[in-house]
Amino acid sequence: MSVSVLQAALGTGQPIFEHRPWSRVAVTVETWNSLIEGLSGGAWTMLGLWGETGMAHLALHEINPPQTPFDQGGRCEASGGFVVASLPCPDSRFPSVGRLHPPAQRLERAMADLVGLQPIGAPDHRPWLDHGRWPVRYPLGAATAPMGILPPYRFLPAEGESLHQIPVGPVHAGIIEPGHFRFTANGETVVRLEQRLGYVHKGIESLLNGAAIEKAARLVGRVSGDSTVAYALAFAHAVEAATETAVPDRAHWLRALMAELERLANHCGDIGAICNDAAFALMLAHCAVLREQVLRASAACFGHRLLMDGVIPGGVVADLPVNGIKTIQALLSQIRRDFPPLVDLYDNTASLQNRMVNTGFVRPALIKQFGCGGPIGRAGGRAFDARRQPGYPPYDQLQLETPLLTDSDVNARVWLRIREVEQSLSLIDQILQQLPTGPVRVELNCPGQITEGMALTEGFRGDILVWLRLNADNTVARCHPRDPSWFQWPLLEAAIENNIIADFPLCNKSFNGSYSGHDL
Amino acid sequence: MALITDYLVQGCQMLLILLLAPLLTGWVRVIKARLLRRRGPPLLQPYRDLYKLLGKEVVLAESASWLFRVAPYLIFAAIWVATSLVPTFATGLAFNWTADLIAIVALLGSARFFLALAGLDVGTSFGGIGSSREMMIASLAEPAILMMVFTLSLLAGTTELSAVARFMLTAEVGLRVSLGLALLALMMVAIAENARVPVDNPATHLELTMVHEAMVLEYSGRHLALIELAASLKLLLYLSLLICIFAPWGMATAGAGLVAYLFGVAVYLAKLAFGGFLLALFETSIAKMRVFRVDEFLGAALMLGLLGALLLFVSRGL
Repeated sequence: MSVSVLQAALGTGQPIFEHRPWSRVAVTVETWNSLIEGLSGGAWTMLGLWGETGMAHLALHEINPPQTPFDQGGRCEASGGFVVASLPCPDSRFPSVGRLHPPAQRLERAMADLVGLQPIGAPDHRPWLDHGRWPVRYPLGAATAPMGILPPYRFLPAEGESLHQIPVGPVHAGIIEPGHFRFTANGETVVRLEQRLGYVHKGIESLLNGAAIEKAARLVGRVSGDSTVAYALAFAHAVEAATETAVPDRAHWLRALMAELERLANHCGDIGAICNDAAFALMLAHCAVLREQVLRASAACFGHRLLMDGVIPGGVVADLPVNGIKTIQALLSQIRRDFPPLVDLYDNTASLQNRMVNTGFVRPALIKQFGCGGPIGRAGGRAFDARRQPGYPPYDQLQLETPLLTDSDVNARVWLRIREVEQSLSLIDQILQQLPTGPVRVELNCPGQITEGMALTEGFRGDILVWLRLNADNTVARCHPRDPSWFQWPLLEAAIENNIIADFPLCNKSFNGSYSGHDL
Repeated sequence: MALITDYLVQGCQMLLILLLAPLLTGWVRVIKARLLRRRGPPLLQPYRDLYKLLGKEVVLAESASWLFRVAPYLIFAAIWVATSLVPTFATGLAFNWTADLIAIVALLGSARFFLALAGLDVGTSFGGIGSSREMMIASLAEPAILMMVFTLSLLAGTTELSAVARFMLTAEVGLRVSLGLALLALMMVAIAENARVPVDNPATHLELTMVHEAMVLEYSGRHLALIELAASLKLLLYLSLLICIFAPWGMATAGAGLVAYLFGVAVYLAKLAFGGFLLALFETSIAKMRVFRVDEFLGAALMLGLLGALLLFVSRGL
């Protein structure tokens, strides 16, 4: 097997053997810096950046790793391009990644707020998640008393004649999550958008510390309610990797079934909602019916409309009921009948196309730099899909074509979702046909020592990363879920530039970033 | 005696439109909901909303001036008067001699002026956006509707609506290109003026895309009730205007008996219901246009109005 460039860069580091399935390497400051240079040079993509007391972790994915075959478990071997670099920082300072690689800036600000790790040389030292309203400072680190009232947040200046500011949110007119958007506009044209998030910080990472696996699974499943399956799946994968638990085949297939149902429901909802923001309520009405049918079938088969708490570490909670396959097949034929006319309606309504095409363009180079996943990334030419790479069962046994578009506008993002709906229908079909028999859950192993696990799964928004460390008694020592929205929200700021203010809702909905998953 | 009857009928007309306006809004909403396969709110929901709003406390922004408080009354009064000038079920009513199209346009224009001022008055950015967009729309919608008025007055020889309606009922009108153009222009203006899709979306919650709603975001309680009622009245006004000019059949003439008046009311209601249905159908089948395309849309309306008037100078037969 050839040694990749990333592996070579990490060569001098000290590997941590309890970390599975990919390697984690303790690195020196020099290696850390060379990794940052590789990031800014585009040799690898940042998957996550998080901290704990005295340590900063940087998860990386090499863009062109040497090809490795799937092993029997369906996972790529350890060198498949995924790696975590850990920099010990005893004085709570580390060389900033955001200094050379802008996508890391918000993550670093969050680290500073949560753990108290200060990035050296970072261009932006403003707090991010901490709005000065928490009862403690550095809740994941020293947990000291709060500083008191923080000075007012300084928004980036935009100067020039005839520029004016429009503050929007955090409380919006519709029933959506809170987030503040500060527009600087010249008439109707947006010159700059600056987001401020963190209003729905729930302290999930603090709650996870010391939690039992069952409780932690429920918590991670609630980071962002609309992708509860993908989150629970990522957590389960990470726990199973850490404890080296092999899950029965049928559980893998049922998990994939749930994940695809979730994707189906959310994409149907999104396609309608995007059109509704162009005041084309007809699409929303019809797509909402489709979504509702998926939710009802989910409730009939798995006992919960949003499939919450269905996926648990060790398998799935319950097997399909007797008529489950029939229910889902009925759902599939219904969607196959009702969905194509809606696609035609979308494609043939000139007034709608006029709003969608060329609106909210994001440069593919930016998408690549930010490692933006999900429909937004794939509508902009970045083919990354966690179901293929790193890949997890049963997708290695399914025919999965990742749709890819390059237009990178609102229209492309709608079309990508349409293609993914079709893809999910085909996947569910294949799963139902090939569903193996057998048990659906096993007891977790308890290795009796500290273990670490990590997983990447594909939710409907994109790749969800979960990293965790388990204590010897299988309670969670530290767990970090990273939402795909971290790398999508900043691109929204780029997408709206030079568009008109009235097109912002359309761009925003085509991104559909998660506030809850981001604010954690 | 005749004078008393006249005023009685005119009073009935004023009350009728006031009572009818929320019903029309409710009707359009019901039809839209049905077209979207939803059950929708009850037909009488707008009345309940108005009643609810009238009972609510008014919350005023600290920066609101007297203008902000007075504007709803001015707007409501102007639009109510304008609407009662349009002949609905009968021509030749007491106020009809004042029912000049230009007067109606002027009343609507002043209502809009005060609404835009009120939007700016509080100093919120949404109010400012709404007012500036509204003015952009108005700057094209007003000339367009005036062009339509000129076309009509060239044909009918008057700008008095009652006379126009009577003229349209005569045989000498026939099919005319200029009238078709004027009809199109008036419909386009009506859509823009009433903040309907594709120019604006009356049902939206997206502050950044609003025009009319953005201006009235800060209103609450009885002020909001008046603004909402005025908006309903305005929709009724434009539909009545379209009916009165382009479909005046079945209208009772001055001094006709009670039976004729009742028949006129029934026909008017049927026409309104049909107009509301068409509006809902149109709104459902189209997406909202970009803000910057609104001027192209209204520019087309202006051109149509202008063409209609020009054609009449070329030939009275067109």
